[in-house]
Amino acid sequence: MLSTGASSRCDAMRRVAIVGVGMSKFGEEWTRGFRDMIIEAGVRAVEDANLHGEEIDAMYIGTMAPGSLVGQEHVGALVADFLGLTPIPSIRVEAACASGGVALRTGYLAVASGMHDCVVVGGVEKMTDTPGNEVASALGGAGDQEWELFFGATFPAIYALMARRHMHQYGTTEEQMAAVAVKNHANAAKNKYAHFQNEITIETVMKSKYIASPLKLFDCSPITDGAAAVILMPLEKAKHYCEQPIEIVASAQASDMLALHSRESMVELKATKIAAKKAYEQAKLQPKDIDVVEVHDCFTIAEIMAIEDLGFFPKGQGGKASEEGRTALNAEISVNSSGGLKGCGHPVGATGVKQAVEIVWQLRGKAEGRQVKDCEIGMTHNVGGSGATAVVHIMKKV
Amino acid sequence: MPSENLAITWRRIPERYRLVGTFCRNCQTSYFPARKLCPKCRRKGKIEQKQFSGRGKIYSFTEVTAGPSGFEKQTPYILAIVELEEGPKLTAQIVGARKVKIGDAVEAVFRKIIEDSEEGLIHYGYKFRLV
Repeated sequence: MLSTGASSRCDAMRRVAIVGVGMSKFGEEWTRGFRDMIIEAGVRAVEDANLHGEEIDAMYIGTMAPGSLVGQEHVGALVADFLGLTPIPSIRVEAACASGGVALRTGYLAVASGMHDCVVVGGVEKMTDTPGNEVASALGGAGDQEWELFFGATFPAIYALMARRHMHQYGTTEEQMAAVAVKNHANAAKNKYAHFQNEITIETVMKSKYIASPLKLFDCSPITDGAAAVILMPLEKAKHYCEQPIEIVASAQASDMLALHSRESMVELKATKIAAKKAYEQAKLQPKDIDVVEVHDCFTIAEIMAIEDLGFFPKGQGGKASEEGRTALNAEISVNSSGGLKGCGHPVGATGVKQAVEIVWQLRGKAEGRQVKDCEIGMTHNVGGSGATAVVHIMKKV
Repeated sequence: MPSENLAITWRRIPERYRLVGTFCRNCQTSYFPARKLCPKCRRKGKIEQKQFSGRGKIYSFTEVTAGPSGFEKQTPYILAIVELEEGPKLTAQIVGARKVKIGDAVEAVFRKIIEDSEEGLIHYGYKFRLV
């Protein structure tokens, strides 16, 4: 059932590299709108790749809910228009909070297949133009509207149901979850693009109010505006454009039941495990080979499950590992050097692309005050909803 | 998006009011909410209607203190994953108790879930209580 067939198919495809990256400042960006942010990120990525623009022949934009949040659909054409890239094909990609990661994978496939030679992958979400309850409703669309949301489920509540099971089965504690938030804020404070620029303490998290027990306000990623973009090319071509191309050596995605209650397990994301297994096979790598990883910490419990499901720690040990500092910058494995969704912010459609931007900066040695030492191989892990989509990429210095 | 139109409410009545789900005779698996296609057997599946007893136990729970639009009057409330005695799990509120724990026995009750507005539709469905 889990046969991947990856290696034979990958052999027939072209190798793909990231030649340029850019992002907008994440945060409550009241002076900038949806199109302003994606244009800013896109222009920075094009500049970073030192392109004129004529080279670009397709674009994929990950965004989850612009229709609900800012009343805008038809985003592919909008971005092509305002980036001055008409008439190239420009496609919106949606997979809830994994929209960015799935857009990256879609762009990767377009270049790997030989169909396109230079692709922009963008991710964007404008969230603070909309009242909080409407944002919550829009994000709720990532779950099962008729059988979860209708009965009073919220996204914090759905992750709280997972957290409760994780605590029940493995003895994970609220303090261990708090340690994830503290670590991610510490990393974000070293990232000028991050939503939060301040460090917090375990006490800050523990004293914050419950949103859905056992999750408190500081266990939750914030509502953020932002955009990110990367430029993809065949590796062979990339070398002529870019001094430090970063190769995408694996791209894998999996799906699972939409509603949490329909899944086999609530203490792991099966889609993450399957996508990770495929990615490790494609790259011929193991968890111990990864130096830096951006995981999907929409809630602190999500990072704990992710570092287990991606194979960095045994199942049930993620909370303890987080509390012991084993996931801090330059510790055993540097997890969420950008600050993650918790610290850097979570403009949902932008997140998966931002993760790739951060890994590229790390692999180029350009991550400033948060640089991971001797960093050769990085990974991104982006999740849609409560785990019905997971997408994993592995990237490597050329 | 708590508000729903009449047609959605009407076609979900058997499941939401009476816990009618489905059963695949080919693989002997029960489904709630109902599935018209067995995800294990797909075209080989033999789906029929199945009445669930409404008895089960709490598999996981949370107290929601920041409720969504439309649930303001009920907040805080306990939301749980209930494991039905026939096997499937569902998401529902637990009523009549402030303290619950994993493993507590529960039974389904018929309750108002949400109303669209003062003069709008009232949506009913299942909640659960401790037994």
